[in-house]
Parts: sequence; structure tokens; C-alpha cells
Amino acid sequence: MAFDGVDFYKIDDLLTEEEVQIRDTVRGWVDDNVIPIIEKHAREGTFPMHLARQMGEMGFLGANLEGYGCPGLSNVAYGLICQELERGDSGIRSFCSVQGSLVMFPIHAYGTEEQKQKWLPRLASGEAIGCFGLTEPDHGSNPSGMITRAEDKGDHYLLNGAKMWITNGTLADVAVVWAKLDGVIRGFLVERGMPGFSAPEMHGKHSLRASVTSELVFQDVRLPKENILPGVTGLKGPLSCLTNARYGISWGALGAAMACFDSARKYSVSRIQFGKPIASFQLVQDKLAFMLREITKGQLLAWRLGRLKDEHRLEPAQVSLAKMNNVQIALQIARTAREIHGANGILDEYPVMRHMANLESVYTYEGTHDIHNLVLGQWITGIAAYS
Amino acid sequence: MKIGVCVKSTPDTAITRFKYTSGNDGIDAAQVKFTVNPYDEFAVEEAARMKEAHGGEVVAVTVGDAGAGKVLRETLAVGVDRGVHVDAVNTDSLATARLLAAVARSEGFGVLFCGKVAVDDQASAVPAMVAELLGWPHVSVVTAFSTDGATFTASRAVGGGVEEVVTGALPVVITAERGLNEPRYQKLKDIMAAKKKVVGVVTPESLGVSAADLAPVVTFSAYADPPERPKGRVIPGDAAEAARELVRLLRDEAKVL
Ligand SMILES: Cc1cc2nc3c(=O)[nH]c(=O)nc-3n(C[C@H](O)[C@H](O)[C@H](O)COP(=O)(O)OP(=O)(O)OC[C@H]3O[C@@H](n4cnc5c(N)ncnc54)[C@H](O)[C@@H]3O)c2cc1C
Repeated sequence: MAFDGVDFYKIDDLLTEEEVQIRDTVRGWVDDNVIPIIEKHAREGTFPMHLARQMGEMGFLGANLEGYGCPGLSNVAYGLICQELERGDSGIRSFCSVQGSLVMFPIHAYGTEEQKQKWLPRLASGEAIGCFGLTEPDHGSNPSGMITRAEDKGDHYLLNGAKMWITNGTLADVAVVWAKLDGVIRGFLVERGMPGFSAPEMHGKHSLRASVTSELVFQDVRLPKENILPGVTGLKGPLSCLTNARYGISWGALGAAMACFDSARKYSVSRIQFGKPIASFQLVQDKLAFMLREITKGQLLAWRLGRLKDEHRLEPAQVSLAKMNNVQIALQIARTAREIHGANGILDEYPVMRHMANLESVYTYEGTHDIHNLVLGQWITGIAAYS
Repeated sequence: MKIGVCVKSTPDTAITRFKYTSGNDGIDAAQVKFTVNPYDEFAVEEAARMKEAHGGEVVAVTVGDAGAGKVLRETLAVGVDRGVHVDAVNTDSLATARLLAAVARSEGFGVLFCGKVAVDDQASAVPAMVAELLGWPHVSVVTAFSTDGATFTASRAVGGGVEEVVTGALPVVITAERGLNEPRYQKLKDIMAAKKKVVGVVTPESLGVSAADLAPVVTFSAYADPPERPKGRVIPGDAAEAARELVRLLRDEAKVL
């Protein structure tokens, strides 16, 4: 039987007819185009490039943005897209998050009209690919310490430095790079092929293998003056992008959790030990009940967060709570599903170990679990523990 | 030209487990998720392609309750311009066919696409009845279709790998077989654009179809599961011996050789 979603609390009733239709469409697309090929790509460590254009045609890229070839969907619809894509694979959802929330969003929000015209329609269609360079080898959780620098040379900027762990880096036609100009963080559009810019792929990942992760190296890259994002200065720029992407991840993680739950449920009723299905043992039922409970709670968090975002009432700390909660429970569900599958759980015949390994990255990127704890700690106490 | 396409709301067989109503005289609709009958998706796609090639308007028609009207909306994201929902109960194939034929007449369709079968009752009866009521030719299980706007060519797989090619003049009722085309996905932009499209609701009376015309000629008395399959048998012994035994059983017991 095909995947029929997890909706114990009739959350579909809280969605509009279009949101349900969009979710079901993405679900079918993932069943047809992602599930059949994803294990092979994960095994070989490759991103399925042919899906970029398809995702663009379907309208998944920058789905919650208005104009410039974007469909202008609700944030809940965007979240549901992330959920279904990540039910396929976190790498596919990462591609969509980076393109939409980390590349198209800052150009849309902070770019000039020329930058928007030049990049947004091509990024929306999947014809062009983008990446987001914030993290550096020595600055992960503490991006404000970044050392990548731009100097104003009168008729151009000169960019020097290096970024690491950059999703889509090697594939990208345009990189949104955060660098300090006179000590202040600014966003720059660095284009593929600019002299002094290279983006070697990182190898040896045990996680997010169907996604490209790269270094970005800038050696005296001469950037035209029009390649700066004029609309934002300071850490607020990259953080506003991350708030958007993290919002999508809080839905996406549920998709991975649903895939693991679905697999565990089916496996447990068909696997016979001691003369009966393992699903008939109380310990296994406890595990399945835990999964359903946490998925249902996570769905309510994500849904409420989406409606707050649609009403422009969302606070970044609320996004931290949903991101950290939903990724953590997804990881626990994936590990528990792995247990239920016994030895079969380590095979790529089942999706659970792939999701489990993927979620280790999702747990760390876009603000580690613990950094989100500190964000909440600051919200509660007024004291920032990381400064 | 107005291009008509018939759409039925049927249970989504990929995810639905059936339950019967308490009297075993029907399917419990409350337990079922409904979607566009899969063969009708080929019909919708063919209608959309014909419009893209020749212009015109694609009108999708369904007969059923409010839920059926909702399913009809899904076709508005894949090339249908407008929906007509006949608010009536599907009593039997002939009653449904009378209503669809009445819509085809009042809309003035130049061609009507249908699925070759609805996956719920598997009757394959309605399209031929509609054609008969309209006095139009009818080509079934079509795997390729082309038209110049006045005449058409349709291929049908007649079994044994043989293709039959039928030509004629429009109007015609065509029923779609798998393979006729590859239905497109609902693009998210098109889902949003479909919100502005209209599904008109009409009643049998407004189509001039009377209660007497709709009196069922077929009644459904009971539904039942097929009998459970007997357990498989394992034939022991070495391969040659087991094969001999298998042939003997197939000949003497199963009587299939
Ligand atoms: C697959 C993948 C893809 C990625 N894609 C991108 C991308 O596209 N763009 C991009 O810019 N970055 C990307 N990243 C980088 C990611 O955002 C960083 O890895 C993340 O911010 C954490 O930084 P770090 O790895 O340097 O860990 P560190 O910051 O070194 O943290 C190590 C550990 O220390 C803890 N820690 C750090 N500071 C504190 C503190 N003050 N109090 C308590 N605990 C603390 C952390 O929680 C963590 O457990 C990606 C990462 C991965 C794995």
C-alpha cells in the first residue's frame, strides 16, 4: 500500500483545500520520482541533478515567495512541501530549503530590482542553482566571528576567505556569501566562474549523501559593485534567512519521521517471531505509540508555527523550539524504527538507516540542537548564554 | 471546439481498504478516500492536449454528490477550464449515461473523452451508453488519438499485440486505455490558478432529465469478499522428482494441463 500520511489528530481539517491538494501532489511526485532512485544516489554519494528542473517546474523552489515566477503559496503549504520532500530524503529537502529560503529569500527581500530580475525566475525554475555561504572552517555556531572579508576598492569589492559545509556549493551558479565589509556583515552574490572563486566538493560524509556539500574558496575575487545585497547589514541578514529555512525544517523532519514510522509499522505486522507478529509484543507497541505521539505533537507545533508565520506574528525563538523539537523526535523515531527492523534495519532495502544518518546533519545544521536550547534559554531568562 | 471529458470520483485504491455498509449492500463511503478515477486521468490529459493543439475549451463533467464535485476540482489544475457537477445519485449506469448525454447535448461538445472503466464498479458501461444516447460513434480502449478538428484517428489494442486503427468524423466518444498518454502532475501554480476556475452545479431537472428517466434498471443486492484462497502446497524431494509430481498434480488435480 502507498504511503497514506500520518494524521491521527485530523490535522487535515486545519488545512485549506489547496494545502491538502498541494501536499498530495508533492506526495505523489516523491513516490514517483524520489523514492525509486534515492537509495542509489545515497549509496553513490550523488545528488539527482535531473530533479532540480523538475522541482522548479512543479513550483517547489521559492514556493512561499511572490512574483518573479514563484507561486506565492502559504507558509503552511511550503511546510507541507518540505515534509513530503523529506519523506523522500533530507538531501532533496535540503536542496529545496537552500534554494528557496537561503538564496531566493535574501535576493527577494534585500536585493536590487536588477538582482531579482536576473536571478529569481531562473532559480524558481531550477535552471540556476544557488548556495548559501555562512559557515567557515573555524566559525560554525559563532558566525559573527567570521573572517571572510570584502574590501571596497572603489569600482569593485575584493573578496577573500573560505566557507565550509556549503550545501549545493559545487553545483551553484550563484552563491549568497556573507562577509565582513569594514567589520560589518554584508551579503554578496558571487557567480560561478568568477576568477579566484572555486567550490571543491567535500567527500567522506556518512550523512546527507544524496546532497552536495562543498567548500567555497575566495582568493582576491573581484566583485562588481552591483553584486552586494543593499537591503540588510549585520547578522540579521543571514539569521533572517535561517529563520525561514529552519521553519521549513521543522516540517521536513516530520516527513523523515513519518517515513520511518510507516516502515516500522508495516515491518512489525509482517515480521513473525515466537509464532506471532512482533507488533503483538507490548515493547514494540510502546515504540510505535511513542512514534505516533511525537509525530502528532510535532505536527501541531509545525502547523501552529505556519499559521503564525502567515499572520506575520512569528518570533524566531518559536522557530527554534519547533526546529529543535521536531528534528530531535525525528532522530529518535528513526533510531527506534531501526531497532524494530532488527538486522534488516541496517540495509538500504528499508529507508530508516538513511533517514537516521541524514537526521544527524539536520540536527547540527541550521543551528545545532544545543544552540536552539540557548536561544530558548535567552528567551526565558533574558540572559544570553553564548555571548 | 468544446472538448468534454467525463470524470468519476472513485476510491483511491492505492491507500484505501474497503469496508461494506452494515447491510452489505454498498461500500461505506465514510471510510474511503476518493480521487479521480485513474483511467479518467488519461482522458483529461488527452482533452488538455487536444486543446493545446487546436484551441477550444475543456469542460469536465461528473455525476455524484458534493464529494464528487470536490474531486472534479482536481482536474482544474491539469488543463480543464471549467467543471460541470450534476448533483445526482449514481443509481446505475444508464441513469448516469442519460445525465452525461444531456450535459454533452446542452454544452454542444465536439468530442467526449472518458476512461475505459471506473475502478469502483468496473462496469465499462457508461461511455458506450452515452454514445448511443447521443447517436455518436464510440471507440473504446484507445491507446493513441489524433484529430485535425474534423476527423479523427484512434488506435486500440485488440489483444495478441494487434493494433486496430479506427478513423472517422467528429463528434465521437473515446475511452482511454493506460498508455494513451502520460498524465501531467498538478503544478503548484496551476493548483492556485484553479481556485479561480468555476465548477457549475446543475440538477437533473435543469437538464430536462425526469425522475422516471433516472429510475434504475439495475439494482445491487449484496457485496461480498471473494472466497479465501486455499493455502499453497510445498512439494518436497529433489528437483526432478518434485517437477514430475508438480506436473502430475497440475494434470490430475488442478486439471489445467
Ligand atoms: C551536511 C551539512 C550541510 C550544511 N550546509 C550548510 C550551508 O549550506 N551553509 C552554511 O553556511 N552552513 C552549512 N552547514 C554548517 C552548519 O550550519 C554548521 O555545521 C553548524 O552551524 C554547526 O557548526 P559547527 O559544525 O562548526 O559546530 P560547532 O559550532 O563547532 O559546534 C560543535 C558542538 O559544540 C556545541 N556548541 C558550540 N557553541 C556552544 C555554546 N556556546 N554552548 C553550548 N554548546 C555549544 C554545538 O552545539 C555542537 O554540539 C552544513 C552542515 C552540514 C553537516
